[in-house]
Amino acid sequence: MSSQNGDHNDRMAGSPQAGLSERRAQLNRKLDDIKAVEEKTARKSQSSSSGYAQAMKLSSEFIAGVLVGAGIGWVADEWLGTSPFGLIVFLLLGFAAGVLNVLRSVGVVEQQDAKIQREKDARDDRS
Amino acid sequence: MANDPIQQFQIQKLFPIEVGGMDLSFTNSSLFMVLTVAATSAFLIFSTSGRGLVPSRVQSVSEMMYEFVAGTLRSAAGTEGMRFFPLVFSLFMFVLVANLFGMFPYFFTVTSHIIVTFALAMLVILTVIIYGFMKNGMKFLKLFVPSGVPGALIPLVTLIEVISFLSRPISLSVRLFANMLAGHITLKVFSGFVVSLSAMGAVGIFGSILPLGMTVALTALEFLVAFLQAYVFTVLTCMYLNDAIHPSH
Repeated sequence: MSSQNGDHNDRMAGSPQAGLSERRAQLNRKLDDIKAVEEKTARKSQSSSSGYAQAMKLSSEFIAGVLVGAGIGWVADEWLGTSPFGLIVFLLLGFAAGVLNVLRSVGVVEQQDAKIQREKDARDDRS
Repeated sequence: MANDPIQQFQIQKLFPIEVGGMDLSFTNSSLFMVLTVAATSAFLIFSTSGRGLVPSRVQSVSEMMYEFVAGTLRSAAGTEGMRFFPLVFSLFMFVLVANLFGMFPYFFTVTSHIIVTFALAMLVILTVIIYGFMKNGMKFLKLFVPSGVPGALIPLVTLIEVISFLSRPISLSVRLFANMLAGHITLKVFSGFVVSLSAMGAVGIFGSILPLGMTVALTALEFLVAFLQAYVFTVLTCMYLNDAIHPSH
């Protein structure tokens, strides 16, 4: 089987067909990436199928982010004496962290990560 | 008054113990934690004592639990994550059995107190942090620096990632605690309606059918929530452990 494949590749080397099969293999790899991410998110959303559980999950993620941000800001204010500013800055950062938590638990971040990785691979191949 | 929906969460001292000015009393909460651990251990020891090649009914239940948790852990953290199996399985069994114990009338729900769930969540997060630094050293900090971010944004994004990481134990504990607390209060309020309505004569007894049906439905939902929350706690634990084993973002 393997010798047969070797023969096949030898014959194809140098012809335009070789580039084509390489590209097809690359395309297959990309599709596998996308499928893996999609399966992961599908499984995740399946496990918490009821709307109540989903709402509970997302709200607790968001609230936890805001609370931790506010807590860090408050402690920073207490220690450094920068009274309102630490709370303001860290509350906003906590808000951002809460949104990040929510996006991550819905699986949006993973999709973006896969996209960035794909684009990076494509750039590497071209150069 | 028996109708107070909050009364079921009150801590009562069963044996007052005081050590060096610290209150270490054995409370009803401690009693139910001990009962949870005892029931879990007794069940697992009893069900695996036969160890037949063809499992008996009890044995297949415990084998199913093992397979379930092992599958969850393996799919989230890979085969390398299986070294945490004892921790994850204990956590799952403790939360599940504590939640289900709470479904018995007059029983105390251990997981409806945030300090208990927070302690469990801190156990998980401290395991992640300590093991992550032990295994990866300083490379564990790469968890907070996502790849593909422009240089100027890195400090801001890192700060947000750190806050997001610190919020994990809070969201983990708040979710379990809030679900159990809210569920038990709702159940108590609706069953309280049945009692107070049926005290109002013939019309009241007829009218109390509605909240009674609601109570039955909510009880079923609570059993679902008890299982689901134990599962969610386990899945998130596995995901966080995965971060400790493979910190590259």
